[in-house]
Amino acid sequence: MSLNVLANLATADGGGFQTPTSAEFYQPLWFDGPLAITRPAVVLMLSVGLIAWWLVATTKRAAIVPSKGQWVTEGLYGFIRNGVARDIIGSKDFLRYVPLLFSMFVLILVNNLFGVIPPVQYPTMSRIGIPIALTLVVYVTYHYIGIKRVGVGTYFKALVPPGLPGWIVPMIFVLEVITFFITRPLTLALRLFGNMFAGHLLLLLFITGGQYMIINGGIGLKIAGAGSYAMAFVLTIFEILIEFLQAYIFTLLAATYIAGSLVDEH
Amino acid sequence: MTGNIAILGYGLSAIGPGIGIGLIFAAYINGVARQPEARGMLQSIAILGFALAEALAIFGLVLAFVFKK
Repeated sequence: MSLNVLANLATADGGGFQTPTSAEFYQPLWFDGPLAITRPAVVLMLSVGLIAWWLVATTKRAAIVPSKGQWVTEGLYGFIRNGVARDIIGSKDFLRYVPLLFSMFVLILVNNLFGVIPPVQYPTMSRIGIPIALTLVVYVTYHYIGIKRVGVGTYFKALVPPGLPGWIVPMIFVLEVITFFITRPLTLALRLFGNMFAGHLLLLLFITGGQYMIINGGIGLKIAGAGSYAMAFVLTIFEILIEFLQAYIFTLLAATYIAGSLVDEH
Repeated sequence: MTGNIAILGYGLSAIGPGIGIGLIFAAYINGVARQPEARGMLQSIAILGFALAEALAIFGLVLAFVFKK
């Protein structure tokens, strides 16, 4: 119970309020154990179906004068194609990577937004396995591009920038290997996971805490409970901002890593 | 008062990224104020720097849950 400090603050009367913990996020629907079909799995499949339907429906009869749906799709696509891929990777060979970046952005965006959309209300990315899977795709992609372009030996040699004094090269090499093979994928996955997890936990805390205070508390705590609900409302708006931002940051960093493998010096 | 010391560790780990993110966006606002047409270019750089600085705080958050007991 790592949020017990907050629990004590929320229930000054010493009641039995159970703070939401990380255990709230494990929700198996069918079966149990490692093969359980959990809520995030169902949400993920729902999001894939929804995205596929939306993209096909809005682009099947593409018109010169776009409909509203087509306008949204084209806006998102143009944002990723021009604002992320072309600006970061460069105008020479960015087109090959636009499909990867666009599908990642849309998948993460829809799944993040599911965290606040009422009938679903579960951010898929708050289960660490799903960001790890997405990160593995990026990880394999940028190493594959780099190794295919220059070969394994040159790829590792190019990790150290040229022109350094000889005694410092081993240290820089170790640092760069750690950056490329451990820190980058770890931060990429943990950033997305941490933001979604913490944001959803915060919302849970304010909403369940507010409910507990209003139902069980005295008049003072009832007012505090109303304040807690107001905070939950403000934080929901904030969450929507964070959800957009995290989808954008994930795509931006994926593009940056791919661009790093495409240029001659890392 | 019962609780967990790991959550204090998260609080401490959030200080550095907090200062860092503040500096990044201060520089971004300064840059846009001096040269409004550079906004698009500065924005992606600022968000990139923000993401990298924020990683430290996220590590703190995750480790606070990992070392729960």
